[in-house]
Amino acid sequence: MVDMNMIKSLNSALSISLKEDPNVVIFGEDVGFFGGVFRVTEGLQDEYGAHRVFDSPLAEGGIAAIAMGMGLNGLRPVAEIQFADYIFPAYDQIVNEIAKVRHRSGGEFTAPLTFRTPAGGGIKGGHHHSQSPEAQFTHTPGLKVVYCSNPYNAKGLLLSAIECNDPVIFFEPKRCYRGPFYGDPHNVPTWSGHPDADVPEGHYTVPLEQARIVREGNACTVIAYGTMVHVAEQAIKDSGMDCELIDLQTLVPWDRDTVVNSIKKTGRCVIVHEAPKTSGFGAEMSASIQERCFYHLEAPIQRVTGWDTPFPHTTEWDYMPSPQRIVDAINKTQVE
Amino acid sequence: MTERRTATTAPYTIGTPPFRPGEAADFGGSFKEQPEDLNRPDPTTCTSDDTTSHARGLVRVLDDNGEAKGEWNPNLDKATMIEGLEYMMRLRIFDDRMIKMQRTGKLSFYMRSFGEEAIAIAQTMALKEQDWIFPSYRQPGAQFVRGRDMVSMICHCIGNTEDNVRGRQMPVHYTYKEGRFISISSPVGTQFSQAVGVAMASAYQQKDEACITWLGDGTSAQGDYHYALNFASTFKPPVILNVVNNQWAISTHANLATGGKTFAERGLAYDIPSFRVDGNDFLALYSITQWARQRTEAGLGPTHIEIYTYRAGAHSSSDDPSAYRPNDEATFWPGGDPIQRLKDHLVSIEVWDEEKHSALAQKIDDDVMTAYKEACEFGDLASGPYPPASTIFTEVYETVPWHIQEQREELGK
Repeated sequence: MVDMNMIKSLNSALSISLKEDPNVVIFGEDVGFFGGVFRVTEGLQDEYGAHRVFDSPLAEGGIAAIAMGMGLNGLRPVAEIQFADYIFPAYDQIVNEIAKVRHRSGGEFTAPLTFRTPAGGGIKGGHHHSQSPEAQFTHTPGLKVVYCSNPYNAKGLLLSAIECNDPVIFFEPKRCYRGPFYGDPHNVPTWSGHPDADVPEGHYTVPLEQARIVREGNACTVIAYGTMVHVAEQAIKDSGMDCELIDLQTLVPWDRDTVVNSIKKTGRCVIVHEAPKTSGFGAEMSASIQERCFYHLEAPIQRVTGWDTPFPHTTEWDYMPSPQRIVDAINKTQVE
Repeated sequence: MTERRTATTAPYTIGTPPFRPGEAADFGGSFKEQPEDLNRPDPTTCTSDDTTSHARGLVRVLDDNGEAKGEWNPNLDKATMIEGLEYMMRLRIFDDRMIKMQRTGKLSFYMRSFGEEAIAIAQTMALKEQDWIFPSYRQPGAQFVRGRDMVSMICHCIGNTEDNVRGRQMPVHYTYKEGRFISISSPVGTQFSQAVGVAMASAYQQKDEACITWLGDGTSAQGDYHYALNFASTFKPPVILNVVNNQWAISTHANLATGGKTFAERGLAYDIPSFRVDGNDFLALYSITQWARQRTEAGLGPTHIEIYTYRAGAHSSSDDPSAYRPNDEATFWPGGDPIQRLKDHLVSIEVWDEEKHSALAQKIDDDVMTAYKEACEFGDLASGPYPPASTIFTEVYETVPWHIQEQREELGK
């Protein structure tokens, strides 16, 4: 076990994949010689060669299509979209092509590939370096959607994603690359010494489709993913209540059983995500929970989300869900 | 042009920049292409075939000794050239001040135009005041030409209460409608095809307007670049399409952006007159843009221009170019420095001297400092005040719908 931040643990997963599977290739904007603008691919070109880890032209639509072509013909590409906000030129390729090729070809063709992309706010990135567009992909049958939250699950989930024979959109919460974020921009710790930064050097996987119970409790179930896992953890501390915290990890297919079992126990639920509320993944979870837990619910399900507006620059802390907003939501579930 | 290099040719070709850190940057001295090499075709009759040599050569006016030569010399009067010099100096000093402020946290991020100051300034000066500017993030200098006050620009960059885009966008993502300078967006290249639409609207409304737009060598890989060329070729609206080939897209060299030789010659395949121009030559940039504008006036539509230059600074305040290119590479660029070159020319024709130059630099420095202090009175990113949080919810739609109103009330600010 080695103390790693999320950048190092993702890098380790990529390195292991390149080493173990000659069909893995990595490409994207600035990922080759430079090692990526967030340094996730640092050193990989040197170690594995320029034909396996390379810089692509700046065209996300092209990156997606080339990845699909490689996947169709036996490779296992891991492409980086530099910011999730920039994935939309690739949207047609992902939604209409990559997601559907297995089905449309009667299972004769598949495109096993992974798109890694940094997502979420908290870096003063304004509209176009802060969005969390997971719902645009959870609404697309044929894709698996993963959202890691810490160095340990980042590496294990990424290895699972790369080894998965379905296409995976893998979101990395960029605010948490170098440390967990507890909602206070003036006090941002590093990963050093954090239990989830204790990462095995070798190969391991965190299975897709499984949520992680971060903290057990009986007062209320709080569900989050990405950066919001840490913000929710802080909120639970601040609330002084015995809440259960679930880190969803995989959004499609999501671990409904773990969530449902928790809510049957607590009778209360708060869902947290950074993305806007309307048609966000929280809406899907909320609907499924009421279908299965209606008679167990003691209070309406609460959603704490980004607003239904573009992500702002200077006022981003008024946009991102704060521990206080989550505490308020937990309190709202405590009605008898 | 520098020789194309590749890191590997098997199993497929991976391009590589001419030089990496630790190597000596040697572009072979000055440009081989000279100002008198290329003719200036008549913009009212020229066909794309007439520009084949222009798309593969280099349109220049200022030679290596600062003398203006050849058919492309726009023969500008001294006042216009000094005005251009002043704008370029102002942009460089402004950029330096903003970078210093960024390091102290007064703004979150910054992008300089270092080494590329001539481009938007000369080109905007060559246009008419009713023409539309559809920039990427490295053409802020156009705003000086269109009269924007520096205080207003700084207020945007530091996200204070006077930011005209209300703290919503990252710094340098300017909007300046009064100067017909259309809002800048981070996703690269989107403006390029939108500019064709702007120009089609001008044509539809039978207005004497053109639209000028820019994107980078790296961005020319995006679909939007190719959409723009094809639509412009098909509909022939009054649009001026510029590829700023500054060699570097963050860490990605132009050699990795295309397997072609010049960016300019791509336009020939779309039957659009296409030129490659020395991007550090103020007079050549002015002249080529004037040509393109005359072509729009003749009703002949688009011009495609590769602006051959060098990104002398980092991509942005988040970037460290020493990791991927020699630190001193810029000093070997055959095109030199655009400010120095125009200055040398003005000195050589005896309308400018060191004394005037330093006096002007001092005056600009004072003006920038005054503007900076005035802007900071309205707040900055480090200490506020910021635009009120209520601005998150406004102007998403024309009027605030009920669901957003509810969320605004929930925030309670």
